[in-house]
Amino acid sequence: MAEAHPVGFQWVMEAKRRGAKVFHVDPRFTRTSALADSYLPIRAGTDIALLGGVVRYILENELDFREYVVAYTNAATILSEDFRDTEDMHGLFSGFQEDNASYDQSSWRYEGESQNATPRDTETQRETAAGLEHESHGAPVNGQTERDETLQHPRCVYQVLKRHYARYTPEMVERVCGIPQEKFLELCEAWTANSGRDRTGMLVYSVGWTQHSVGVQYIRTGAIIQLLLGNVGRPGGGVMALRGHASIQGSTDIPTLFNLLPGYLPMPHHADHPTLDTWVDSIRHPGQKGFWGNARTYGVNLLKAYWGDAATAENDYCYGYMPRMTGDHGTYQQVLNMIDGKVKGYFLLGQNPAVGSAHGRAQRLGMANLDWLVVRDLFMIESATFWQNGPEIETGEIVPEECRTEVFFLPAASHVEKEGSFTQTQRLLQWREKAVEPPGDARSELWFFYHLGRIIRERLSTSTQPRDRALLDLNWNYPTHGPNAEPSAEAVLYEINGYEVAGGRPLSSFTEMKDDGSTAGGCWIYTGVYEDGVNQAARRKPGAEQSLVAPEWGWAWPANRRILYNRASADPDGRPWSERKKYVWWDPEKAEWTGYDVPDFEKTKPPTYRPPPNSSGVAGIAGDDPFILQGDGKGWLYAPTGVLDGPMPTHYEPVESPVRNPLYRQQANPTRKVYTHPINTLNPSPPEEHSQVFPYVFTVSRLTEHHTAGGMSRMVRPLAELQPEMFVEVSPELAVERGLTHLDWAHLVTARAAIEAKVLVTDRLTPLRVDGRIIHQLWLPYHFGFEGLVTGESANDLFGISLDPNVLIQESKVGTCDVRPGRRPRGQDLLNLLVDYRRRSGDLGPHYPPQVTTDVADSGRDREV
Amino acid sequence: MPHVNSLYGPLDPAPDAGYVDPPPRMGFFTDTSVCIGCKACEVACKEWNDVPTSGLDLLGMSYDNTGALTANSWRHVAFVEQPRSAGWATPAFEHEPDGPPISPETAAVGARTGTDTGTDPGLPPGSPAAAARMSGGPEFLGMPGAQPPGRGTGVEQRTDFRWLMMSDVCKHCTHAACLDVCPTGSLFRTEFGTVVVQEDICNGCGYCISACPYGVIDQRKDDGRAWKCTLCYDRLGVGMTPACAKACPTESIQYGALDDLRERAAARVATLHEQGVPDARLYGHDPNDGVGGDGAFFLLLDEPEVYGLPPDPIVTTRDLPAMWKRAGLAALAMAAATALAFLGRQP
Amino acid sequence: MGVRRWVESWPLYRQLTGTDPLGRGAAAKSAGSLSLTARTETADSMARSVCPYCAVGCGQRVFVKDGQVTQIEGDPDSPISRGRLCPKGAASKSLVTSPLRQTTVRYRRPYSTQWEDLDLDTAMNMIADRVLAARDETWEDVDAQGRPLNRTLGISSLGGATLDNEENYLIKKLFTAMGALQIENQARI
Repeated sequence: MAEAHPVGFQWVMEAKRRGAKVFHVDPRFTRTSALADSYLPIRAGTDIALLGGVVRYILENELDFREYVVAYTNAATILSEDFRDTEDMHGLFSGFQEDNASYDQSSWRYEGESQNATPRDTETQRETAAGLEHESHGAPVNGQTERDETLQHPRCVYQVLKRHYARYTPEMVERVCGIPQEKFLELCEAWTANSGRDRTGMLVYSVGWTQHSVGVQYIRTGAIIQLLLGNVGRPGGGVMALRGHASIQGSTDIPTLFNLLPGYLPMPHHADHPTLDTWVDSIRHPGQKGFWGNARTYGVNLLKAYWGDAATAENDYCYGYMPRMTGDHGTYQQVLNMIDGKVKGYFLLGQNPAVGSAHGRAQRLGMANLDWLVVRDLFMIESATFWQNGPEIETGEIVPEECRTEVFFLPAASHVEKEGSFTQTQRLLQWREKAVEPPGDARSELWFFYHLGRIIRERLSTSTQPRDRALLDLNWNYPTHGPNAEPSAEAVLYEINGYEVAGGRPLSSFTEMKDDGSTAGGCWIYTGVYEDGVNQAARRKPGAEQSLVAPEWGWAWPANRRILYNRASADPDGRPWSERKKYVWWDPEKAEWTGYDVPDFEKTKPPTYRPPPNSSGVAGIAGDDPFILQGDGKGWLYAPTGVLDGPMPTHYEPVESPVRNPLYRQQANPTRKVYTHPINTLNPSPPEEHSQVFPYVFTVSRLTEHHTAGGMSRMVRPLAELQPEMFVEVSPELAVERGLTHLDWAHLVTARAAIEAKVLVTDRLTPLRVDGRIIHQLWLPYHFGFEGLVTGESANDLFGISLDPNVLIQESKVGTCDVRPGRRPRGQDLLNLLVDYRRRSGDLGPHYPPQVTTDVADSGRDREV
Repeated sequence: MPHVNSLYGPLDPAPDAGYVDPPPRMGFFTDTSVCIGCKACEVACKEWNDVPTSGLDLLGMSYDNTGALTANSWRHVAFVEQPRSAGWATPAFEHEPDGPPISPETAAVGARTGTDTGTDPGLPPGSPAAAARMSGGPEFLGMPGAQPPGRGTGVEQRTDFRWLMMSDVCKHCTHAACLDVCPTGSLFRTEFGTVVVQEDICNGCGYCISACPYGVIDQRKDDGRAWKCTLCYDRLGVGMTPACAKACPTESIQYGALDDLRERAAARVATLHEQGVPDARLYGHDPNDGVGGDGAFFLLLDEPEVYGLPPDPIVTTRDLPAMWKRAGLAALAMAAATALAFLGRQP
Repeated sequence: MGVRRWVESWPLYRQLTGTDPLGRGAAAKSAGSLSLTARTETADSMARSVCPYCAVGCGQRVFVKDGQVTQIEGDPDSPISRGRLCPKGAASKSLVTSPLRQTTVRYRRPYSTQWEDLDLDTAMNMIADRVLAARDETWEDVDAQGRPLNRTLGISSLGGATLDNEENYLIKKLFTAMGALQIENQARI
């Protein structure tokens, strides 16, 4: 956090000053470790084993915050008899289907439910990254659940969880992660001590945590611990994601993603969502409890915002205009399709995949096989010049005279040359005022897309083709101003907020939205940001003049709420858990919820409210159910549906690992997304042979001095000079083993690429003892590329493409490699080197490790069971 | 008349420099125990003061690629990797299967292959200081005698580790030799008690450079003039905080009235001692030291040499008073004559 | 300037007659130092902004003189950052005023070995042509079973996490209306 989010780290330092104990878990000792009270070196890719160990420690010692756990989580909920755990199946859960490597989740359900209300099959969910929809709400479950509040029933979630994590002992944590037991126990003791009525603990991660083939389950394990310790919905608690781009949260809320529409509405699927009604029902799940019951309203408001007057009840609000998904249309599938010549044109909008995405060579070869490419950026980045300066020129894989891609570079306006809002990592929208005009031809994306849309609509104005109706009927009338005819960002924000169609009054809350076409709103979760016609995101009442919550600085979705599920900061009766941790509570005099923040609960629903039988929607949520967007109002320790790789997180090895999974026969995530494309060869891992050809673990992350793929830092002199060259960090032990010399060259080799870097030998890296072996780890920054003031080879070139099944994020924080002293070979010699490595690792052709390895009985712990 | 301590000993420098009823003496307290090495200070300084580039070389001195305070680096964050306990933290590498810390030989190789930092007198290639900083070994800054106790030899296995970071800056000495030797009046004492080069006066003679006991002030190659931290004199004049202190995310760099800072610093040292960091100590805070105390002082977690600071700096013009007695009168007479000569030529 | 004022402005005179006999302070102030002020004080305007790098969302104040950004520093009012910035945030002025910034449209023809200049309007029209052509060439009305698809898989887009919410909204809206599905951003990288 000190390394990548230094200004946020000031609050950790404040907490430290007040006595907080800071633990830092990282493969290398960073600037964060330097200030932490305890540093735990970990083998990259084993965090679930560590966190699973913490879960076991909590449950074995009954250190959970019992009142909270019983009342607010699904710990007491009883599961179906059909469920089988990984304990019984060598690391698989019940329902695994070998033919499509996905789970039939019906056996995971709660007792008493006839079946899970999941309309789409799990393979389709994986292909369409359906897990992302849950950013705003839980997966569906039906009806009332059976509970045992003594937590003794053998099939209650608490007991199932306890069994699942029983093998995650301190010895096992040490064996898998390389973390000494003493260190691990120190973490467990401190974490569990900060739990209960008076105390909380916070879990902070940076989003490299998500970049694993089990990325979603990493976060879930953290969430399980925080729920068990009563650290969710309370001040000083939570699972805090430190995101790495100014508006990466905003670009998920109002998504530039293939599978989502604004407000986490799913993009329609050709088979599952043929009509508006089927689409809406798949979101709201008729009969389900919780706020998501109003999905039709949110959907209709979006369609109405898109197609305005053309959207009517008679034509299902133009639902038919929407393009339909048929499967995976994600960025990696797109790149492979580019290589195969299926994609004509590509827009890059402030993103630099030639450096920033996994498997850089695939990215560049894909871009070299387009008809046209539009790059909009501040600087001439690698993704604009791959045809001229990319590493494939040297190997002859790209020849400029033979590369047909037509490239348009359009200069972009910077953050001070346009107005608009960013949504930062805590869902807070902050408006930026425009300071100056953009230079020359530089323009905002708002300008580019507004005018591109205008030109296209003009071209089609006489078209009679049905396909063009969606463009011609589009509500595309935004006022413009200034010499460049810049569209009004506030007018767009107003549309996002929503308004009454008659009269145009801005809506103040999504509860004002109607499903009859009388209101329109582009992103229901953002409704209220333009309340009373005032840009609430532009509020800047000084922090010093406000409470710690600072509700009048910017605006947070939903409804300016700063801590989600904050009903949980009060006990079931609505009283604060303690004076020290007071935040939101029930005021019996006024008969309403009140507190320092906007209560995340129906304002006048008393703690004593119990839903009538068979109630659905919001009415189905009891007065002591804080998790109002979950189907059962509970925090989920166990996910009966919605998480594609299992109801409970399980340690699987990274797709590329030098180690056989010590916990189960199943080596890696069996449901991961695999791309079997010739360019995507993967290094072998146990139980396959030849994994020793790539004996080392490498991981990549950020330096304080640089930003992402370097497009905003390698081009900026005062930053470039602070970290002027690509390097690789190695321990003194590895340096001796491989003959690496400080500040000399080394090159790293994987089945995809070889890159070179300067060597930094440092005590900050340590070898680890893993399952009786010494494992060496290398660390690289991923900021470097071949353009800019400072250049270097790109760490992301080393990675192959393997994805998490829930959200289709790539595993780009861990892989295996070899490292050798000296510079890498050039030209054809480089290609020969890679061929040689692939030959020695047993495969000259494309190689994909097996999905399922439960038939190989050689995994240590598993043998004992 | 000049104060008896005008050139040596405790002194409030602004009144001594002719300011009637000046504001309180302002300065920096840099608390290295909370520094996260982010280098925001280096960048904020360059942005505000338009300081040119200091070169694009990988130095291999941990994460320090700036190397030293130079004409083109007015803040410099030093990084020191040590196989030692931080005092308050659990040993970082206990029970790990690792060998001894990096050998001085390994680091020396790195330092030898390092390239020049770009501006003079940046860290020269092959500096023993670079090797020592990386190694924590017996070779300290080329000054073997200065090796702190409990370090160096005999470490069989590294179990502990700490990473020290310190943002260095011009000390704005009470007795500033650079100012005292400046023949043009370019260097002067501000009403805030700080020491500033006036670029419209400096003629690039370079006397100040050899006079500085800390090796801070430096000549810029292209224009020959001397440059260093101004403690953002322009910002102070309008009541603003210097750029580096304002940016500092963790309040490692604190700006304020020197008296307040000294109190705060003493309290911080006491807290750290209580927390089990007995090595915490102040540097440059003492008005009785060889420079009359610094306007920019530090809380360090190790000996000053470890950070590249001289252990006992003494103002190089300490002996000026004796010289002054002999030469002062003659100089004044000469100056007056010169003034009259100029007046005579006034049109 | 009168003789008296001219003499009084002369450092040595001030040294001899004033309170600074050693000429190290008040008497040594140069004309530059006497007229010195912070450029934030003389700015024409100040815009309240937000750091463009990571998602902490630190407040920035952007000072402008004669249409140029002259300083960007932390906004002390922000309850998130309290006026502080990291090195990247602190480098924001260098980012937006960098001489390396491209400010004109550049165009690379198929099979060409070099860039050429292109007028912005021409570029916009060429891009519109190509979008429509790619869409026509790869349009899919219905799937094999006759269910609507209404889409093109011939167009891709990547990026958005460094952009504004309003921009992402228009991008998604236009592409959706166009039938372009393959819209992605850094959230999945």
